[in-house]
Amino acid sequence: MNKIIKYVLHDIFRNRILLAYVVLLSLSSFGLFLMNEDVSKGISNLLTVLLIVIPLVSVLFTTIYFFNSYEFIELLVAQPLKRSKILLGVYAGVGLSLLSAFWLGIGLPVIIFDGTIVGWYFLLSGTLLTMVFVSLAFLASVLTRDKTRGIGIAMLLWFYFTLIFDGIVLMVMFAFSDYPLEKLTIFLSCLNPVDLARIMVLLKMDISALMGYTGAIFNQFFGSSAGIVLAISVMLVWIVMPIALALRIFKRKNL
Amino acid sequence: MIQIEGLQKKYGKIHALRGIDLTFDLEQVVALVGPNASGKTTLIKCLLGMVIPDGGKILFDGKNIEGDVLYKNRIGYMPQIGRYPDNMRIGYLFGMMKDLGKNRVKDHFDEELIDAFKLGAMFGKPMRALSGGTRQKVSAALAFMFSPEVIILDEPTAGLDPLASEILKQKIQKEKEAGKLILVTSHIMSEVEEIADSIAYIVEGEALFYKSIAEIKSESGEERLGKALFHLLGKRA
Repeated sequence: MNKIIKYVLHDIFRNRILLAYVVLLSLSSFGLFLMNEDVSKGISNLLTVLLIVIPLVSVLFTTIYFFNSYEFIELLVAQPLKRSKILLGVYAGVGLSLLSAFWLGIGLPVIIFDGTIVGWYFLLSGTLLTMVFVSLAFLASVLTRDKTRGIGIAMLLWFYFTLIFDGIVLMVMFAFSDYPLEKLTIFLSCLNPVDLARIMVLLKMDISALMGYTGAIFNQFFGSSAGIVLAISVMLVWIVMPIALALRIFKRKNL
Repeated sequence: MIQIEGLQKKYGKIHALRGIDLTFDLEQVVALVGPNASGKTTLIKCLLGMVIPDGGKILFDGKNIEGDVLYKNRIGYMPQIGRYPDNMRIGYLFGMMKDLGKNRVKDHFDEELIDAFKLGAMFGKPMRALSGGTRQKVSAALAFMFSPEVIILDEPTAGLDPLASEILKQKIQKEKEAGKLILVTSHIMSEVEEIADSIAYIVEGEALFYKSIAEIKSESGEERLGKALFHLLGKRA
């Protein structure tokens, strides 16, 4: 498997898109830190970038990469290599390269300008979020043979988690506002990794004004540290579940 | 060496393989012949574990291949259309395959075809810049590289220039004499006559017959294989 990771990394690091991603991330992080005098304000602005750009780039880049290396995967399947090792090798390769882009583009500036515990939580949240969307992209990719459809499913997932989901939550809140909704809200947040990533950072920053409804309930219900532990564990489930499912499908897939 | 028993495969509504039974042994060159879309490539892909059959089983050296990958150490495969990562250079591709298959050979890699096809001079070219024929040469060289006991060639000479296909045919002959099992699909009967010693005729996912070429000729009383097959199939219809 290490060899597969090596060849995937070799392939991706020559890819200009990844470089562009690093540049985009560093421009936004340096820009936001230099424009805001207050570092924590910089972080909270950067959070917006984190929650929109990272899922989008992770899910799109992974899906496109998967379909572009379909030939490579086919070639490997004809060799004496286990299918699970092939898929996990490519997964680890893509994950590692997107994570290194994230740590170069956002990790470095955050450590330089902030360096507090909040910053570290911010980076942890971005790391988990990247992996969640890489996993989801793999699931989208093995579901179909067609590149366009695969990218379509991936985009739909991103739309759903960043835009549509919040709308649904708001509708539920509005429709049932006469009832106690705390537990339901927590449950709903667990269904959305993007929301969890946001809550994780905001609980540590302790800015209740920015927490939003779900964040405030997390804080009230669990207190900040237990809330963070819960958010991290659910995010881990969001990483493991889709890739485990993708693996099951890939093992039976006709190439 | 390879026993196929009651192999079934469905793609949605299409019934690609309807219970194929075939046995192949070492020191044999078997040609899989049949109309387009008769299931030859699906059969080969099942042998390689690239397509998972819906029923029946394949035994390699007496062991069921389901869930196994180690048996592929002993197979070399040349696909019908060799598809490779676009940006990869030829030299890098060969290096990678050698690296991935390091434990598959005892002392040295079989690079005869790389030399005979003069691929070394093109090591710097990326795969996307190659013509169809050159890709075929790369695929062929890869199939023989690990000196496997079983070599599967899916339409090997389609797209090859006359010189290259002669080189490949000689290589097949040489490997057969070395005691290997070679499975070939082809639509060119003169070529089949030249390299193979028996024919498995596959139609609509079923093995219609599996006979030696001498048998086919004597049964039909024809000298040329193409005519003999025509005769034999005509009689059945």
